[in-house]
Amino acid sequence: QDTTFLSQEIPPVFLCFRDRKEWADLEPVPQDDGPNPVVKIAYSEKFSDVYDYFRALLKNDERSERAFALTSEAIELNAANYTVWHYRRVLLQALSKDLREEMRYITAIIEEQPKNYQVWHHRRMVVEWLNDPSEELEFIADILSQDAKNYHAWQHRQWVIQEYKLWDDELDFVENLLEEDVRNNSAWNQRHFVISHTSGFSDAMEREIQYCLYQIKKAPNNESAWNYLKGILQPLGLSAQPGLLERVLELKQTHCSPYLLAFLFDCYEDALENSKENVAEEEQQKTLKKALEICQLLAQEDTIRKEYWLFLGRSLKNKHGSSDPSDEPLADDPEPSVPVSEQQEMS
Amino acid sequence: MGTQVKDVIIKPDAPSTLLLDKHADYIAAYGSKKDDYEYTLSEYLRMSGIYWGLTVMDLMGQLPRMNRQEIIDFIKACQHECGGISASIGHDPHLLYTLSAVQILCLYDSVDALDVDKVVEYIKGLQQEDGSFAGDKWGEQDLLRSVLSQETFGKMDTINVDKAVEFVLSCMNFDGGFGCRPGSESHAGQIYCCSGFLSLTGQLHQVNADLLGWWLCERQLPSGGLNGRPEKLPDVCYSWWVLASLKIIGRIHWIDKAKLRSFILACQDEETGGFADRPGDMVDPFHTLFGVAGLSLLGDEQIKPVNPVLCMPEDVLQRINLQPDLLS
Repeated sequence: QDTTFLSQEIPPVFLCFRDRKEWADLEPVPQDDGPNPVVKIAYSEKFSDVYDYFRALLKNDERSERAFALTSEAIELNAANYTVWHYRRVLLQALSKDLREEMRYITAIIEEQPKNYQVWHHRRMVVEWLNDPSEELEFIADILSQDAKNYHAWQHRQWVIQEYKLWDDELDFVENLLEEDVRNNSAWNQRHFVISHTSGFSDAMEREIQYCLYQIKKAPNNESAWNYLKGILQPLGLSAQPGLLERVLELKQTHCSPYLLAFLFDCYEDALENSKENVAEEEQQKTLKKALEICQLLAQEDTIRKEYWLFLGRSLKNKHGSSDPSDEPLADDPEPSVPVSEQQEMS
Repeated sequence: MGTQVKDVIIKPDAPSTLLLDKHADYIAAYGSKKDDYEYTLSEYLRMSGIYWGLTVMDLMGQLPRMNRQEIIDFIKACQHECGGISASIGHDPHLLYTLSAVQILCLYDSVDALDVDKVVEYIKGLQQEDGSFAGDKWGEQDLLRSVLSQETFGKMDTINVDKAVEFVLSCMNFDGGFGCRPGSESHAGQIYCCSGFLSLTGQLHQVNADLLGWWLCERQLPSGGLNGRPEKLPDVCYSWWVLASLKIIGRIHWIDKAKLRSFILACQDEETGGFADRPGDMVDPFHTLFGVAGLSLLGDEQIKPVNPVLCMPEDVLQRINLQPDLLS
């Protein structure tokens, strides 16, 4: 749970609403925890005061400047209260408030509390009302410069780009982020998002493969790059890409990783699954053998996922193994010890 | 093949045994302390907070320590005219808290405390044209957990399930995972919701279980803990989101259970009780539930079996005859 709001500074001088003469006409509504309160809560004095008056305003559906000002106080005390945000939106419209000023307010809140759901949603609403996304990409870039994986920021960014068709510079933006941190999974996801909505992957495939291999050479143990590579190739089939296997085998000499091995396995598996008519049985068995060797290696190197690697080997063997009895079983390949309560079938 | 991986290091003196009594005491006392600022500020999610607390107490066999009638009365006071339920009294209704309220009432076998027809109407009214569900009538998009409520009431036919399925599948990404919206990055929490949804709607066959299972088991780090997406730190709540997803798609044996268990246990606070997101941090009810639930899924016999789809005790679901599909 995000508790950054706990660090909010309370201003040194605060006059309670109940002591302000311009609020004297309003009857504050105290907190109601139900007929038999589950707990007896002691709120801070300021918190009680502000929310007592908020509830009073809500009850009267008051649409005034003072109500608007109070929502700011309420948000400052608890920016996650969605009821307050909704009321603020009602007031923004009822009072025809300056929405650009509101954007500045929203920006300030997001800077302080970048993982708050309500304020991002609020921003989207105001951008829609203004029908003006011109500040958004720069603003989001600023938030991402503080936390390059902020899920809210990325989601807002995707919405803005799609809604207002702001695709043009996004691939450059992604590349810059990946230059800064090639392991930024959000950026890799964005790359896929941009390309799939613009050029598509057919013409771009060779360029993208090159880009992945280039990044992998810089940081071989990069899950994101490998996931991306596999993800873009999967629809057509890994073995359909000419020369790819050779390039990966070459990379294996100098930049090996569990991800590379897993990818190799996927290439072999794809070859077995989609073998052409004229591929000899012997060729198939060679491919199978290579694939099984990889599983063995991975089961030894990536021990935390040993069960997965053994599963992969077993299922590939079941599917494509020859009926040759001289075939050696996978060493260290007992039936997995599965707890009695789980009746798992290896498919 | 080692590399600089983003992870935590578990200290040798980290807790290594399960301290159930301490956790029960922690939850039972939560919210009854005066001047609890954190409790005050979490009012906006009070209903979910109660669900987390009650569920973990029930899993530990300690539900009777909580105030059943007071909670039921509280929920009644939170149901609005439109049928939706709010996080607390005076707050707006919201799908998330409607779900939490329904789950709480299932634990207490008191679903009739609600105007069920109205709840069903409320949820139905939140479905959007694209099949997704808004969190509230103001349109904030949210997760697809409405299906649970409808399923519980036996009213699945009131929502457009096909459209909802279509929406969820449109959130499937190139890596086999799911994001919040089409195009959004794959995220374990979202994957959990989507897997659960597909289970409840009998659509698990649409998942590429091997590909997704691979992505999920890749979440396990050398410390044994699980993260929510690549290159992020482990967090005990992911020992629920990831683990439950793996269980739903029949691949739970792909992670190293012993290592995960020791990570979860290390997240306990021996003094205060409760679990934190990672070893040494402050505890809270949210992480306490998911730590305990995770251990249950791993087979700890001191804890009641938990249902991976709904994060509720299995015996509660048996009582209401709700057994969502799991892949094997």
